[in-house]
Amino acid sequence: MTYTSREQIEVYRFSLPVAILVPLLAIFLQAFIPHVLPFFSTYFDLPLLVTIFFAMARRNPVTGLLTGAAIGLAQDALGSHPIGVYGIAKTFVGYGASSLGVKLDVESVGTRLLVTTGFYVVHQVLYFLVARGMVRLDLRWSWPHELGAALANAVLGVFLFALMDRLKQRA
Amino acid sequence: MGRYRNVTILAAAIFLQFLGLAIQIKRSTENESSRLIRVWAVSVVTPFEKGIIRVQGGASGIWHNYFYLRGVRQENRELRDQIEQLRLEQVRLKQDAEQARRLQALLGFKEQFIGKTTAAQVIGSSGSEQSRLVYIDKGSDDGIKNEMAVITADGVVGKVLNVVDGSTSQVLLINDQQSGVGAILEQSRLQGVLKGKASGEVIIDKIMSDEEVKFGDRVLTSGGDRIFPKGLPVGTVAKVSKGPEFLQITVKPAAVLSHLEEVLVITKKAEHEESVSSGASVRAADILAQRLPSVPDKPQPVSPAPTVTGSQVKPQTASPLQSGTTGPVPPPKTQASATGTSVQPKPQLNPTGMPVKAQVPTATMAGPAKPTVVTSQESKPAAAKPSAPPVSKPAGNATQAPSNAPPDTSGDTPQ
Repeated sequence: MTYTSREQIEVYRFSLPVAILVPLLAIFLQAFIPHVLPFFSTYFDLPLLVTIFFAMARRNPVTGLLTGAAIGLAQDALGSHPIGVYGIAKTFVGYGASSLGVKLDVESVGTRLLVTTGFYVVHQVLYFLVARGMVRLDLRWSWPHELGAALANAVLGVFLFALMDRLKQRA
Repeated sequence: MGRYRNVTILAAAIFLQFLGLAIQIKRSTENESSRLIRVWAVSVVTPFEKGIIRVQGGASGIWHNYFYLRGVRQENRELRDQIEQLRLEQVRLKQDAEQARRLQALLGFKEQFIGKTTAAQVIGSSGSEQSRLVYIDKGSDDGIKNEMAVITADGVVGKVLNVVDGSTSQVLLINDQQSGVGAILEQSRLQGVLKGKASGEVIIDKIMSDEEVKFGDRVLTSGGDRIFPKGLPVGTVAKVSKGPEFLQITVKPAAVLSHLEEVLVITKKAEHEESVSSGASVRAADILAQRLPSVPDKPQPVSPAPTVTGSQVKPQTASPLQSGTTGPVPPPKTQASATGTSVQPKPQLNPTGMPVKAQVPTATMAGPAKPTVVTSQESKPAAAKPSAPPVSKPAGNATQAPSNAPPDTSGDTPQ
């Protein structure tokens, strides 16, 4: 991980179809894949990975938090619980990832692995707090499960980010 | 101010979402307040899911119907054998059902049957392990409404939480935290509330700690929730541990909730009260005669018995009530109650005095929601096994015991 000055940072943008379709595809796959692989939703969170990717590539905290909020709210809308739990968690993650993207070089594999692991844990902590504190869901926190899932998402994220790098356009 | 612009926007976004959450939690009908957002989200995602499922189904159909036909003959033979076995079983169950129906008529018992079901394909899920629901490809156009029960051949799946549009509905699975199903344990007849946990386990709540629950006991729907008809299989008891007040009973669901493909939505429940007069061929006096203790049948003389005609099932006129006697009634050996009743239809006799095989009742039970009426073990007809020849045999077959009533030599009748 290298500390990068503001001048060295490249800011990317995405075409409108990509900015809309990629998050939608992630939400769709998150809803559809458990139909084939039931364990998928237990360990993986594709919308979160997309949120992190877009936020880090754009490096704009406002865009990052809005992207996170939109993706999170859409994810909430597919569930049965009140809308906003994923929204709040992903808003924070979007803001954090884009703020970090301003300060760090997040293009390397190692950085992406660490950042994704960290943000997954942050996301789960926020989700847990809001879901338990406000919605009163009966959730149990398990460090082994959360760390395992964080690592799994980070590994998947590395491949996914490499794939999505092709969609980036220099701003 | 520009320095704090990003943080201000973040705070505003978070505040708005917290506000929205609070409003939804405050309102009891939270699904209604956020319905529009949900409909939009589902309308965007489900068309793709339906498309993939259709393509998958088509490809799978081609493979299974044209290429993968090895072993079909053998399978066909096995299935035919199975059908034969099931037919035998069905005859026995029909007799049991008829018996239960007569008893329910006497008790004024209201029951629910599965009137009509609609088959649906599971097209997706919520994508979150905290929200255990699936989407099906049937909606308001197919008569689906909220709170309808969803089942598979294996057992209960859940209920319709929300009809999204004409061709999509949300089904809340029984292992979701928000679900609640009235359940009854088959053996102990204890009732509780079946619900899901965050981990995805299914538990039965509200059964006192001093009750005894056996591992492996079957769990059925109790019908108390007015959503699921009574008697549908839910699962089996997988683990029992004692809590301070209530037992912690973990249930293994009968339906494989993680691999749902096709489900049935119960779109119509037939609820009716059995009436004694509805049984055209069964008179109240006959039913009472069956319930009341009777004088044991005497061995019939070889001379023809003029009272017996045809093959109509009719109890012997041996009870005090039917024979018009007003004398003291001997104490019954078998007691009738709501949960443990044995009705012993008297065997019909042929002109030679030998028992005649009873005609199979033509009562039909709609769907699997067979009412659960426990008959005491010792009073169950010994000959009513699947192996017993089921249907019509010549009435004069003296070697064949009646399929639903043992000969009087069994000793069940009061002496």
